[in-house]
Amino acid sequence: MDFDPERPYRKAEQVELRPEPFGALAYHFGTRRLSFLKTPTLVDVVTGLERHDDVHATLDAAGVPEAQRGAYIAALAELAGTGTIEPRP
Amino acid sequence: MKLTEHFQYGLDAPICLTWELTYACNLACVHCLSSSGRRDPDELSTAECKAVIDELARMQVFYVNIGGGEPTVRSDFWEIVEYAVGHHVGVKFSTNGIKLTPERAAWLAGTDYVDVQISLDGATADVNDEVRGPGSYDTAIAAMRNLHDAGFGEFKISVVMTRHNVDQLDDFKAIADRFGAQLRITRLRPSGRGADTWHELRPTAAQQRRLYDWLVARGESVLTGDSFFHLSAYGEALPGLNLCGAGRVVCLIDPVGDVYACPFAIHEEFLAGNVRSDGGFVHVWRDSELFADLRRPQHGGACTSCGYYDSCQGGCMAAKFFTGLPLDGPDPECVRGFGEQALAGVDGASVPRSEVDHSRTGKQGPVPVSIGMGPPDRACDESPLAGMRAG
Repeated sequence: MDFDPERPYRKAEQVELRPEPFGALAYHFGTRRLSFLKTPTLVDVVTGLERHDDVHATLDAAGVPEAQRGAYIAALAELAGTGTIEPRP
Repeated sequence: MKLTEHFQYGLDAPICLTWELTYACNLACVHCLSSSGRRDPDELSTAECKAVIDELARMQVFYVNIGGGEPTVRSDFWEIVEYAVGHHVGVKFSTNGIKLTPERAAWLAGTDYVDVQISLDGATADVNDEVRGPGSYDTAIAAMRNLHDAGFGEFKISVVMTRHNVDQLDDFKAIADRFGAQLRITRLRPSGRGADTWHELRPTAAQQRRLYDWLVARGESVLTGDSFFHLSAYGEALPGLNLCGAGRVVCLIDPVGDVYACPFAIHEEFLAGNVRSDGGFVHVWRDSELFADLRRPQHGGACTSCGYYDSCQGGCMAAKFFTGLPLDGPDPECVRGFGEQALAGVDGASVPRSEVDHSRTGKQGPVPVSIGMGPPDRACDESPLAGMRAG
């Protein structure tokens, strides 16, 4: 399924984050895939997804500047593609 | 700061680490990176292994690569695996397949957070057994069949590239596809017994080029453990971090608890400490002088003026060290040929060797290991089976 920022998402249940100076390491215990969340703000976004009705509201809450929204949505689409985040029912 | 720069300066905990549980092995592969064979009487006990896992869990190390020796010949191996996954430390273990019975394969298929990597160094028995010993091909294939039949899913087949198997790459991929496995190929290092065989076994320059092209064409579908980043100087970078992670994002814990910068660097020069010392593994990882050194910006030395240095980063530290080359010079397999030139000037007598050697002497070839093991009763036992108790 394509990533849709109008919908609610969450960090996948099998994913754990480890804080690092650059952001966080994300490891999916199911697929054994390691990803890198390359900024602290992206970590806030990924962990904040489950508290908001859609991705846009999550980006607002994390204070992502307008000019960077496209980059963040692209990053989230990639994380959705690898299963690091998943649609919330 | 770019992500790779963070990695160069080191992380608070390794991304993953290799943990060799025993020096005992039923095989005697001619390129064994840890010169395994006999168990060391001082190997970590079950309780000490669990204490290491507790530390890894606290450090949020997501998974460990367990190897050896042949880790499954430890009678407490499955207990250690269960303890690790129970504490949310995933396990990928490397094995020659000796203990992967249909029953064990079924157990593994039902256990989360465990991945299995079967070693195979030839797509045919003749090529494989020449390096890994008579019968080892059949053992590996039987283990693969057991995992496949048990519905384990995508296990790994791990191949060390040699002069004799580069031309079998497509055949390895076919074997992996046949068993629903993923192929992983890694670089032959002149470490352990590999120091004695590297010159004869390493791929030729033409084979290196073919290997690179094959890997570029396969993308992320074939794993490499990031071990071929020295080939990135051919052009496009291969998938992975493309840097030497030694002491920065990876390290090795050996069977007696010694912590080395990387699995291919078992030598006192790269020994950072021991997990049994005060402060344990965390202290070694965060505070050892050696690791602090490795995390400082490195100098390209003789490579600094080379236009390809940004691609290959000077290659593999262990490959240079164990061939007698300076660490700030070219990799011995530098794709531009500077390594070959440097090797020609090396005085063989000055090449460093590891003092850590558990090779069996006397009887050559594989030894059947079908019983459990406890600590050997004497430090000088020559057989990997000496002193082992049944059950």
